[in-house]
Amino acid sequence: MNVAIIDYNAGNVQSVLFTMERLGIQATLTADHEQIQQADKVIFPGVGEANTTMNFIKERGLDKVIPALKQPVLGICLGMQLLCEYSEENDTDCLGIIPQKVLRFQPANGEKVPHMGWNQVYHLQGALFDESLEKKYTYFVHSYYVEKGDFTTALCDYVLPFSAALQKDNFYATQFHPEKSGCIGEAILKNFLKL
Amino acid sequence: MLAKRIIPCLDIKDGRTVKGVNFVNLRDAGDPVELGKLYSEKGADELVFLDITATHEKRKTLASLAKNIAKNLNIPFTIGGGIRSVEDVDVLLQSGADKISINSAAVRNPDLIGDLAKAFGSQFVVVAVDAKLIDGEWMVFLSGGRVKTEVRLFDWVKECQERGAGEILFTSMDHDGTKAGFANDPLAKISTELSIPIIASGGAGTMEHFYETFTEGKADAGLAASIFHFREMEIMDLKKYLSEKGVSVRR
Repeated sequence: MNVAIIDYNAGNVQSVLFTMERLGIQATLTADHEQIQQADKVIFPGVGEANTTMNFIKERGLDKVIPALKQPVLGICLGMQLLCEYSEENDTDCLGIIPQKVLRFQPANGEKVPHMGWNQVYHLQGALFDESLEKKYTYFVHSYYVEKGDFTTALCDYVLPFSAALQKDNFYATQFHPEKSGCIGEAILKNFLKL
Repeated sequence: MLAKRIIPCLDIKDGRTVKGVNFVNLRDAGDPVELGKLYSEKGADELVFLDITATHEKRKTLASLAKNIAKNLNIPFTIGGGIRSVEDVDVLLQSGADKISINSAAVRNPDLIGDLAKAFGSQFVVVAVDAKLIDGEWMVFLSGGRVKTEVRLFDWVKECQERGAGEILFTSMDHDGTKAGFANDPLAKISTELSIPIIASGGAGTMEHFYETFTEGKADAGLAASIFHFREMEIMDLKKYLSEKGVSVRR
């Protein structure tokens, strides 16, 4: 299997690459259109700021490539947020693949922002998850969240119930970092690789 | 619910983990990568690797260690020790580090916090603060506790947050190595006044100490070294205890 990890020099792409190595998967870090288009699976990782990252993606022409992909695509953290329509983070128009909005956490009871650490995911649906993962802890680091909507496949509670995972057609996404979520994260990545 | 985090800290000197009692009398406790892997299997939520020789010996990067850790670990880790510039940090990010921690360099050059937050995001920047109670006032110390400053702890942590720090790792030098409990009073004050997560460090000796620092000290995470390194406490047992006391932990 040939996995392309979209390299946009912003996020912690190395950890995703190392995780693939640990799972015995050949993965390539690349921003090359053809390499991405021809991969069996595409991972769109991310840690960083939405606006800068979207600009970088547009400069590389990836805003045309990513939405047209037909193979399974996995967006992680900022990668998930950029698959959506719009982010409040510096008023950013995103890729518009999943018609949901990205909003900033508004703490109501002194919750800290960013939401950083291990939290439980629940109401799991779709091919990334199986029953054994219900209410397990995964690792989150984010200040913006995707509201609960038609494409939500997992929930997490922080300030309010928000989308911990999304899916639309061949586009899968997690707000948490499966590459940093221990054995649970590896199980989710294996489920993605099996698609 | 968001879990309280248990973080073993691996102090590193010459590529080996050590832990000082009040920052002197170093004892050897093994290979950092092997120990890190073991902790991740035993239930650690996160790891902190601090090269305690780095500031003193002016070593610039920990890149090869970061890469080795990142290849072998599937939980988040922070790496620090002697980081002075955006370039130092860029190398660590490229090596797979999840967060970096800065201490003395941030006090000497506070602009560094903002520069790092802007370049890599706040979530990447942990500011470690060592402090000691002097004549009723908590004061910041540098270089692993060797250099006293005129900077007040509470002013400094607020400034760190305003400049873009994503997390504060607070070590009370008065409590570090004593195994008599964390400095819960200053911790609670910091945690209440700031909106970013706080890691409590220094003084862990019993499971109750962790319970107290998560409740009275309002800490988001508890960090310890020797009690874990010398198997005086198993992380799984600690989490079972905390869970029974109603503290949310990952199990």
